[in-house]
Order: sequence, then structure tokens, then C-alpha cells
Amino acid sequence: MRTSATKPQRSKKRAERLEKIIGLVILTIGAVAISIPLLWMISSSLKGKNAVNAFPPQWIPREPVKVELDGRACYLYDIPIDGEVRRLALYRKNGPTGIFVDPENPEEQYEAPVLDGKRVTRIKFHWENFGLALKAAPFARYALNTLIIVVFGTIGTLLSCTLVAYGFARFRAPGMNWLFLLLLATVMLPPQVTLIPTFILFTRIHWYDTLYPLIIPTFFANAWDVFLLRQFFMSLPRELDEAAIIDGCSYWCILWKIIVPQSFPALATVAIFTMLYAWNDFYEPLIYLQSPEHWTLALGLQGFNALYAKQGHLLMAASLMMVVPPVLIFFFAQRLFIQGVVVSGIKG
Amino acid sequence: MFKSISLRRRESLWGYFFIGPWVIGFIIFTAGPMLASLVLSLTHYDIASAPIFVGLDNYVKLFTGDPKFWHALRVTMTYAFIAIPLNLIFGFLVAYLLNLRVPGVAFWRTIYYLPSVMPGVATALLWGLLFNPRIGVINWLLSLVGIKGPGWLASPQWALPALILMSLWGVGGGMIIYLAGLQGIPTSLYEAAQIDGANRWQQLTRITLPLMSPVIFYNLVTGIIGTFQYFTDAYVLTGGGPVDATLFYNLYLYKQAFTYRNMGYASALAWVLFVIVLVFTLLVFKSSDLWVYYEGEMRG
Repeated sequence: MRTSATKPQRSKKRAERLEKIIGLVILTIGAVAISIPLLWMISSSLKGKNAVNAFPPQWIPREPVKVELDGRACYLYDIPIDGEVRRLALYRKNGPTGIFVDPENPEEQYEAPVLDGKRVTRIKFHWENFGLALKAAPFARYALNTLIIVVFGTIGTLLSCTLVAYGFARFRAPGMNWLFLLLLATVMLPPQVTLIPTFILFTRIHWYDTLYPLIIPTFFANAWDVFLLRQFFMSLPRELDEAAIIDGCSYWCILWKIIVPQSFPALATVAIFTMLYAWNDFYEPLIYLQSPEHWTLALGLQGFNALYAKQGHLLMAASLMMVVPPVLIFFFAQRLFIQGVVVSGIKG
Repeated sequence: MFKSISLRRRESLWGYFFIGPWVIGFIIFTAGPMLASLVLSLTHYDIASAPIFVGLDNYVKLFTGDPKFWHALRVTMTYAFIAIPLNLIFGFLVAYLLNLRVPGVAFWRTIYYLPSVMPGVATALLWGLLFNPRIGVINWLLSLVGIKGPGWLASPQWALPALILMSLWGVGGGMIIYLAGLQGIPTSLYEAAQIDGANRWQQLTRITLPLMSPVIFYNLVTGIIGTFQYFTDAYVLTGGGPVDATLFYNLYLYKQAFTYRNMGYASALAWVLFVIVLVFTLLVFKSSDLWVYYEGEMRG
């Protein structure tokens, strides 16, 4: 086939190749721009206090090397002495000049302008930042609170949305379609419209500053997930349901024995989105949680920033620890994830 | 006959039973609070004491005596009119390039989408460092090409542009939806166009864009609604400042409700927001007749 390709076909092939190359170049530029902040977060989280405030910025954290002379820590310099660059320790500063000493042979001393030399640095990762950050604020407590919300929120969402989606997917009843439209319409409703009375309600029943306002509403289903599950349930063949009814199966039994086992991908998608949302959410915890012992990670991180704003390395270490779980979930469940975005995105 | 009616009745009851959780939740958490906030918007209420009915006072004050309301609206609209089109263009561009069947689509998709799964607070704090006027990476990059970078988040002129720039980091969110849409366009359409001698540009404007218009339309609507929810980045990074330069509508509402405890006034703000979002969404829907192409219409 290839040998018989006519000239215009070959030039078309070449044009397509060129197009792909230009595309790849633009994609690479974009990907680098997207990656810079991520790399910066990782790099900063491993820096020492000085490196994080250094300008120009250091991408790989380096630190000046010190040696001990007479019980004092002295910086190591690469400095030209008599036309030869030597590696010496700065023992004492004398105005613009310094006394340099060979650490191998402390008897050898030289005097030279400090500015002629260059501090010797080496790569140093401060892994201890993660431990320091964890100790600097009660992150274990925040993580526990977040996990409670994530776990119960996911259980609540899965249970309630499965039931409701099953109801909308399989049952005919007067007003059912109308109710489904109403459900879809709630997607458009800005949450602020219901926020204040809901806040007052939760305050009245003394749920303010507890985790309940963030958990209990998940047991009453939400439009996005119901829609996603309903679409999936509707795509399942009804013949199995009918066969099960003939076998004496109840509606519950159809749901648990027939619908749910076939719907693992859709349920997993809902679970992943719920977990991610609960882990990342800032707005609702900010409104409902006041005392630090009830804070979630998102609130804790913001509070940490208020106290440690000058210590970018610890701030980034803490941030990185909060970023890792959702990123891991995304990596491991990428396919489900993207399908979920697309289903709720395009068909919503 | 009787049996079939009772069966149908039984099915209906079970149907209501299964959707029950949502119906109850709708009454408690949506319909009830909506009505309540409408009523609250006609009162002065600080939670501690009983609400005082004041008629339309809150709305009158909002429109005639509160420059911050207009300012917050302006900030939000400015952001919407710049950030939404930028995100649309870049998101579409990336999706379009990925759809050229370049090698490693999954790899690129992952990189571009990654920022969208990260917690808002963590990314906000990260950008706070990047935007640091003195030691931040962005001003360092600018200094490499000989530009002295502005004060970004600390500057009343540059704080909003900084947040818009930051929004582009989330370009992957739209991209993933566009990509799925592009992949759904049948290749036979392009093949037919090529036989007719259409070039790439013609294929883009005559096939791709019309077929993608529902998806673009959807992203536009959610983008507008999303801008009125915009909160975390501004709250964490600027708190609405400097000198209210980033006082987004939702941030102003939050402050009225939870900082000043003006629950009645904040409810009025919420209802005005609702009406604005509704009007915008309807405008986009109305205009969609002009530019959104639905395949079904052709078939029908």
C-alpha cells in the first residue's frame, strides 16, 4: 500500500506529522508551566529555613557546607589563592577580607577578599520538615476529623443515592418525572440561597461546631450522584429484574442482589468523588467548625498558615501531605475518575 | 383487573419509598431553607435576638446605599469575563491538541488534570509563595526576561489578575470534558470533509466547533455559576483585599453573614445572587439557539 501511495497522500502524511510535532511542542510548554508549581511545592517542602527564602529561587535545595575549626562552625569556600582555586574554610572575617584556613592542615592560613570566593554548597533534603510540620500543629487530630467526614460522608452518599437512583430508574409513579426534574433543577441552585437558614437550623439543634452538619446531609442524597447512578441503572437490562421477581425476589433483593453487583464502576466513581470532595472542602468546614479540635485538614492548614507564614518549608511540607492522598486516589482510579467527570459533565 | 391496579399502586408506593431520602432532604435542606431565607431577607437578624421585620429595607440598602455590593459585583464580573473565556480557550486548545492523536495522551491528560484534584487551600498557599513579590518564582521568571514583576497579591491593581492567572492552573478541568466531546465526534465526518477538500481550519469551524457547542455551552453555564461560588482562593490569599480589590461576591456574603452576623442582609445578598445567576443562565440559554447546535435537531 505504502509504495503505491500517491504524492498528495504522502504530503498529507507529512502535514499530519508536522501538526503532531507542533502540537507536542505546545503541549510540552503547557505541561512545564503546569508542573512548575507542583515541583516548587515538592522542592520547598524539602528545604531548610534559609533555602526557602533564597533569591534567586533554588530548585534543588542546597546548603552551605560547614567545617569545624577550634570548635566553631566555619563556611567552606572555593577561593582563588595565587591563581589556584583552593577549598578553604573562612575562619574569621576582617572587613572585606577574610582569614581562610585549610581544614586538612589548619596551620596553612591565607588572607583573601571574601567576595572573591564562592561558598561551597551541597544538596541537602530536609526530610525532617514533614515531622516538624506534623508536630507544629495537631494534624493527627485534623486528619482524624477529616477521615470521619470522608468515611461517613461516603457511606451516607452511597446509601442514599443508591436508593434514590433506584427509585428514579425503576419505578413508575405519578409525579415521578416531575420530581426528577426538580432534582436536576437543584443543581442550578446556588448553595448560598439555603446556607443561612441551614446554618441557623444546625445552630438551633446545637450541631454548630460539631461534624454533624458535614455528615448528616449526605444521608439525604444529592442531585449529581443520583443522576450519575440513575443513568447507570437505566442502562442495566430489566430482564434480570423481571426474572428475579418471578423467583420471588423483593425490590430490596433486586437492588442488592442484581443492581448493586452490576454497578460497581458507577458506585466507585461516586465514592471517589465524594471522598475527594470531603477531603478538599474548605467552605463548609469553615462555616460549621469553630474550635481547633474539630477542624479538618483544610481548616488546619489555613490555621497553620496564619502561624507559620514565614516558614514556607513547613507550610509546603504540610500542604504536600494533604495533597498526596487525593493525587494517589486520582492515579489509581484515573479511568473511573475521568469517566465520572465526563458523564456528569457532558450529559448533565 | 383489580390485581393489576394494586400491583401498580404497590410499585408507586415502593418508588416513593426509595426516593424518600431525597424528598425529605429536599424539604429540610432545600425547599425549607429557600423559603426561610426569602423571609429572613426581609428582616434584621443577628441570631442572638429575634428577627425584626423591616420589609424591603435590605434590598433598598443593597441597591442604593451599599457601594461594596456594587464593588463585589464588579470584581466578580471582571473575573468571570476574563477568567472564563481564557479557561475556555486554553482548555479547548489543549483538548484539541491531545485529540490530534499525539503519543502519550494519558500522560498529558494526567499532568493537565492533576491540579484539579488538589485541595483548594493547599494550592492557594502554594500560589501565595509563587506570587511572593520579593522571592517568588513568578517574579524570578519575569526577572529572567528583564521585567520587574509587580506586587501581585499585595497590590490593589495586580491582586485580581494574579487570581485570574492562578485560575488557569485549573485548565485541565474543562479540558477533560472537551477532550471527551472531541473523541465523540465521528471520524467519518472529517474523512468526508477531507474528500471534499476541506482544510484543517474549515474542519475546525464547520465540524468541530458546531458539534462541540453544547459542551462549550455547558462549560460556560457552569463557569458563570462557579464564579459566584468563588471563595477559597480569595479567602486564603487576600481575604478580599488589598483595599477590597478581590472582594468577590461570595466572600462579601460570607463576611456579612458570619463576620458581621447580618443574617437578614446576607440572605438578601443570597437572593440577589440567585436572581443574577438565574438571569445569566437564562441569557446563555436564550442565546444558545443562535450558536449551539444539537445533533438531535438535525435528525428530528
